[in-house]
Parts: sequence; structure tokens; C-alpha cells
Amino acid sequence: MKAASKQPLGAASFSTRWMVLTVPVRHKSLVAVLALMPALIVFCAFWLLPFSRLILMGAEADRSSGVSAYLTILTHRQYLISIVTTVGISLVVSLTAVAIAGFVGFFLARQHFWGKAVLVAILTFPLAFPGVVVGFLVIMLGGRQGALAQSSLWLFGERWMFAYSLAGLFIGYLYFSIPRVITTVMAACDNLDKSLEEAARSLGANTWQVTKDVIVPGIAPALLSTGAICFATSMGAFGTAFTLGTRLNILPLNIYGEFTNYANFAMAAALSVVLGAITWIALSIARRLAGGNLGASA
Amino acid sequence: MKSRLRFTLQLSFTLIVCLFMIVPVAMSVLAGLTENYFVGLQSGLTLRWVNEVWELYSDTIWLSIKLALACLLITTLIGVPAAYGLLRSRRRWANAIEELLLLPVAVPGLATALALLLAYGSYREFRGSWLFILIGHVLFTLPFMVRAVLSVMQTAKLPQLEEAAASLGASFRQRFFSVVIPNCMSGILAGALMVITLSIGEFNITWMLHTPLTKTLPVGLADSYASMRLEIGSAYTLIFLVMVVPLLVAIQWAGRLTEQRR
Amino acid sequence: MSSSVSITLTHCSRTFAGGHMALQPLDLKVNAGETLVLLGPSGCGKTTTLRIISGLESPDKGGQVQFGQRDVTTLPIEKRDVGMVFQNYALFPNMSVADNIAYGLKLQRLSRFEITQRRDEAMRMVDLQGFGERRIDALSGGQKQRVALARAIAVRPKVLLFDEPLAALDAKLRDRLRIEIGQLLRELGTTAVYVTHDQDEAMALGDRIAVMQAGRIAQLGTPQEIYHQPANAFVADFIGAVNCLSVIATKPDGQLAVHGGELSAPHLLGATEIYCRPEDIQVVPLNQADIKGQVVQSVFLGQTQRLLVDAGGTVPLQIEAPSRQRWPNGTAIGLALPFNVLFHPDKPTTTINTKEMANG
Repeated sequence: MKAASKQPLGAASFSTRWMVLTVPVRHKSLVAVLALMPALIVFCAFWLLPFSRLILMGAEADRSSGVSAYLTILTHRQYLISIVTTVGISLVVSLTAVAIAGFVGFFLARQHFWGKAVLVAILTFPLAFPGVVVGFLVIMLGGRQGALAQSSLWLFGERWMFAYSLAGLFIGYLYFSIPRVITTVMAACDNLDKSLEEAARSLGANTWQVTKDVIVPGIAPALLSTGAICFATSMGAFGTAFTLGTRLNILPLNIYGEFTNYANFAMAAALSVVLGAITWIALSIARRLAGGNLGASA
Repeated sequence: MKSRLRFTLQLSFTLIVCLFMIVPVAMSVLAGLTENYFVGLQSGLTLRWVNEVWELYSDTIWLSIKLALACLLITTLIGVPAAYGLLRSRRRWANAIEELLLLPVAVPGLATALALLLAYGSYREFRGSWLFILIGHVLFTLPFMVRAVLSVMQTAKLPQLEEAAASLGASFRQRFFSVVIPNCMSGILAGALMVITLSIGEFNITWMLHTPLTKTLPVGLADSYASMRLEIGSAYTLIFLVMVVPLLVAIQWAGRLTEQRR
Repeated sequence: MSSSVSITLTHCSRTFAGGHMALQPLDLKVNAGETLVLLGPSGCGKTTTLRIISGLESPDKGGQVQFGQRDVTTLPIEKRDVGMVFQNYALFPNMSVADNIAYGLKLQRLSRFEITQRRDEAMRMVDLQGFGERRIDALSGGQKQRVALARAIAVRPKVLLFDEPLAALDAKLRDRLRIEIGQLLRELGTTAVYVTHDQDEAMALGDRIAVMQAGRIAQLGTPQEIYHQPANAFVADFIGAVNCLSVIATKPDGQLAVHGGELSAPHLLGATEIYCRPEDIQVVPLNQADIKGQVVQSVFLGQTQRLLVDAGGTVPLQIEAPSRQRWPNGTAIGLALPFNVLFHPDKPTTTINTKEMANG
């Protein structure tokens, strides 16, 4: 513990000195700097510094190819396919989730009927389920003794399964994406200026035209941002993939495999950096577009 | 008539999505309480699996609770001042710093964990203790605390209240504890609930950082899914749900509380 | 009440980040026990001046703030012994009405008995008895501002500062609270600085008014001086309505030719423009008129009416006329402008004593 905190302290004091110099030295900003200090020290010591090392480590020689791991990724089909698969499935999941949950979220935000609160609760509570649990729920749906297998056994005499394939992954990702989209869309609909809608109606727009011209443009930033969050979450959804099977060729599992099975630290680091870069870019775009929500767990 | 039909169709679709969300949870709960899931419900209901899980995994539950509370303590101690610091900083700086603090959330937990392992994994004692996991949880949950507190601070017109308190003779310390803290209590509460919930459910970072002696609840879950019979996994999931669902209800309630304040 | 102190600002300027100078170097003295109103449009530097006095802002290097003989330039607001009332009330939502008012007293570590006594006294002064246990968000805007007022006076500050306290209230309430604040200030005798953009408020409350423009004081004087002897066109225009007549020619007999007629104003010889207030112009029979014109519009205001008269100039003249008489549009009308209501702010002769002129 003692040795561990040596380097980071240096890093933190550097960053604060730098701030004091730039911000005009007034009493107020001094208070701000002091208040931010503990959080920044923790962040620099335990995230910024380790992650910088991770980035450097990715440039070291890969165990099998002997060249820089970043370069190896670019030249080996196996890694490229894994990246493309992960990005692809995450994209499809995000689009599907935004379409389905966008519709449901809008419906729930605008309609009032008995029992609505229960539906909203059912649709939003899985928000905090960790990835492993979601993976297990997929097994409950599409595993050997899952709902689908049982009903197909009863109807057709054979067990249908999808849990341990990309389809299972897709269902799992969809499962944790839907609540995110629904909460965001409902909040966006609530914040929508009602008078815009009324103005459109007063000008003679029908329901469909109001939806197309006022509502969808109004919640578009929210849709884009929540879509990006779903994308980023799916990209890094290690827990779900881990529960469903380690044979799938997607990035989180590859990273895990390189690290634990082959002790190929350079490659694990390089793949992590690539994964981190992709999700960070997606989320930055999302925040720029909507400025709201944080990314979240899965 | 037409709008009636449209409503029915939309409602049906919503109900289907609800089924998709709730059926696996219900099945899992049921499986955890059934004597033998192969046979089905007719084998009878039992708490046997729950008991078994408790015997096998109770230490993971205690560790998770310990971690969550420690995580809450740290994120409150460093997150509330940090939010105040952001409020008091120039906008450009505040945005940049917030973006930085958000990185451990934006970047997948696996990468954060790997970075921590490669940087500090060689300090044997540290690596083997639960504090190593705590670090990961603090990094991951801190932005949620900061954001929750900051958003309440911004709507509470805190700078003005502080000026008023100062005009009445309050020193910085007196202002901070009599005006700042009480007026962002709802934000601290919302952030605290979020931190606890996220910490209890955190898997991606924890899985990489845990050792056989420092298993948390989700790690135990993954373990039971892989190596135990379905009923045990289900019963374990049931215990997790019982712990987390009240927290989720509380989060919603706290959210409504802060909304009313606005 | 604690004895009041004077406030002296010496060479106080304030430059914000980016180089914008919100306040030009300023010297200002507020006498002990006096209420000084800082009046001006938004962005004129009045709030910055107030914040420098309060200690919420510090002046640029070289500026000095004194309370009485004491230099308080480097003291933060909490050490300056001021009471401040904010535009948006700034009441603590986590405390009841009574706790808000007692807050400053508790900070002074007074005995519980004294706290209760002074809190109740302050509540009585602003007519808030019985509201002590209310939550802040259960109060109306007017009540909130009373609480803020009580909170500020409860600590018996040396200096009371008001930052547009009535701007957020509606007109009726504003009038009532204005009167009450006036009474309170007279009762307390505390030195007060009051910032507003509302001229009625300034006239009603100020012992003296400082009209500010673009970071400077344009004129400092009693309400009467400001209104009747404005120091420049900006002040004349900002305080109340004003007519501006351009002088076409000066006749050999000393009469000034303006659109629609001639004026006699020996004290304004050489001026190119002449100012007068709408209420100082009298409607007279055409044969006694200094200026003749046509009514183009009349606006009924209740107790009076405002006539717009076209006398040939580019802008119609504004005249305040009795409310019951009718002047249909197009009516020919005669106006009398006695020389003692005519003025020209930028001409040094303005300071001429009009009473003397009338007598002589």
C-alpha cells in the first residue's frame, strides 16, 4: 500500500500545480482546487496512471507474433473479426433496443391507464442487474432447461436452444439495453415542451404529423445518446458473455482469454485499449449530443 | 374507434416487451424455490436451495455489503467535495475534470481492471486484500455520486445561498456545513443509493480483481452459474434480487424527491 | 441599533476576466445613516459597486473600501458586519422562517434568550409574526422578501445592502414593500446602499441617488437635483420622460426659434437643444402660446393623459394634460413653456438658480 501510493502522489501534485497556474489565483478557485484534490488524486493514482501504462504496454511485443501488439491486431484476421463482430452485434442491439424501447417508452410517457406504474417498474428495474445475472436470465429463456426448450419439447418433441450462441448474446444485450432506453425516452418525453405540440395541433397537424415533425425531432438527441450508451455497454459487456460461454469470439472474452489463458499481457492490454477507445468515442459523441446520462454497468 | 384500436395494439406490444423482461426473472425465482426444476413445480416448493446458498456463499454476501458501505463512505468523502469543487470551478475546467472522472465508467470495466492489475498487481498483499477491489468500485461509482450531488447543487442556487450566509457572518466552514451540505442532502442520498446498488452488482472489474479469498456476490453468482445446479444458481439470484430491488425502489423514490425540489 | 458608519470607496475599479472593465475607477462616499441608491440600466456597474462594498467582490489593485475610518478592503463579506438582501431572496430552504432569521444571530453566539428576542423583534418589524414555523417554499414572493429583510436586519449590521430586492415582485406588492422598506430604513437609521433599475424606487427611497452609466457615476445628487437638474442627456432621459427641442435659430431679440414657435430662455443662449419635462408644459389658449401644434395621439393614463403633439419637429412633443379634457386627434393646441422649466444638461449654465432668475 505504501509503495503503491508513491508515484501517483507525484502525478497529482503535478496536475494541481498546473491548475493553480492557469486559473487566476483567487480565494474561490483555491477552494475549488482543494475540494477537487482528493478525487483527482484517487483518479490519477488508480486510473490515469495505470491506464497510461496499459496503453504503453499494448505497444510491447506480442507473445506469439513478436511484433507490437497493436500491429498484430491490425494484421491478424482473428482479432479483426473479433472487433468487427463485437462492434456489429453492439450496433444491431442498440438499434433494435432504440426502436423497440423508444416506441414503448413513448407510449408509456403519453398514455395513462390503470396499472401503468407496474409496467414501468417491470421495464426499468432490470437496469441494475449485473451482466452475469442477465446472462443467467438468458439461460433461463434459451438454455437447455429454458422456457423455449421446454415449450418446444412439449410442442415438437425437441429442445430448441439459443443461449450459448451469438443469438443468446444478442438477447442478453437487448435485455439490459431496453430499460436504459425506456427510462431515457420517458424522461425526454416528459421534458418535451407541451406547447410545441399544442402549437402544431393548432396549425392543423394530425397525430402522425405531430409525431413526425415535433416529437421525434424533440427526443432525437435522447434517442441518439441512449443508443450510444447501449452500444458502449454492449461493447464491454463481459459478464453476460462470460456466463453464456467462453467460446464466443468477441472482444471482452478475447481480452480475458489472452490475459488468463495465454498470459499474453501485451495483447490483452492492446485489445483493452482498442475496446476502451471505441466505447469512449461512442460515449463522448453521445454526451455531446445530449449532455445528460452517464454510461452504466452491465 | 380507430384510436381505441391503436391504443390496444400499442399496449399489446408493450405487454410483450414486459413479458420478455419479467418471464426469465419469474422463472429464475421459481427455480430457486422448486425442489427439482427438471421435474417441475409438482416436486414441491422449498427453501432448501436458499439455505444451501447461504451456507456456501454467505461470506460473499457479507463482503459485498462491506465493500458497498466502504465504497459509499469513500465516494461521499471525496465525491461531495469534488462536486462542490466542480460547482465552483470555471465551466471549461469543470467540464474537462468531469469528463476525466467519467473515464472509468466510459471505458469497460475489464480494461480498468486490467490496468489496475498490471500496475499494482505485483504488490502481493494489496492485491490479495479486499481493498484492491474497493479501489475498482470507487473509481467506477465516484462519477455517479459526483453527478447526483452536482445536479442538486446546481438547481439549489447554492452560490447565492452561500453569499447570503457569508453576509450574515458565516465562515467557509460554517457555510459548508450549515448551508451547502443540508441543501444537497437529496443529491447525496440519490448518489448514495446509486453507489450502493452499483457496487453490489459490479462484476466486470471485480471478476478480474478478486482472489479466491475475496469473492463478492456477483463473483459468487458467476461461480454458481458455472459449477452448481440450476436451482442453486436460481436461489442465489433470488437472494441478490431481494437485496437489490429495495435499493432500486429507493432510487426511484429519491429521484422523485429531487424532482419535486426543482 | 449599532451606530451607523459612513462608506468610502476610493479609486475602486473592477476588471473581469477577458479584460471587460465593469467599473471605471470610482470615488464614492456614503454618509453615515444615509440611504444611497445606485440607479442605472443593466450592465452599468451598480451591482458590481454593491458587491465591492459588501466584500463579495474585491476591487482591482489600488482600490480601497472604508467603513468609517476602518479599511475593510481585504476583509471577506463575513467579517464586514453587513446585512444584505438579495433579488432572489436567497433564503435557506433547509431552515424554517424563524431559523433563517436567527441564522446570523446564532453565528454571533448570542445567548438563546437574546436570539429569540432579536429574532422576534425583527419578525415584528417586517410584520411576519406567526410565520416562524413556516417552510420557505410555503411562502409567497412578498413574504419571502420580508423574511430576507428580517434576516438582514436581525444581526444589526453596520451597513444594509439591497440588490434589486423588489425586482422579482409584481407591481402592487412592489409599491407596498417599497414604502415599508422606506419606513424601516428611517426607523433603523442604518447606512444603506440600494441597487435598482427602477426610478420610482430610487426617488422614493434614496436620500441621494447615484445614476450610473457604463461603469461610471453619471450624476450623484438628491432625487430633486437628479430630476430637475440632470447633469447630462443620459440622466435626463433615464429619469422620467423628457422632450428635446432643437433650436433652429437665435433671433436678434434673444428669442430662440424652435419648431412651432419661439421660446424665451436667456439662460440657454447658444444651446442647440432645449429640454423640458412633459408635466412642465402647460396647455394654453392659442393666442397665448409659445408653441403651436396639432394633437396626433392621446394616451389615457387614468389620473392624467399623455398627449403627443406635432409641432413640426422630427419627434412629437410629449405633454401631460388633465385627464378629463378631450383633445381629438388633429386638434390645434397651444403650449406654454415658461423659461424656468427649460434646461440643457450639458451646458454649464444649467446650474443657474432658477429662483433667482424668476425674482430678478
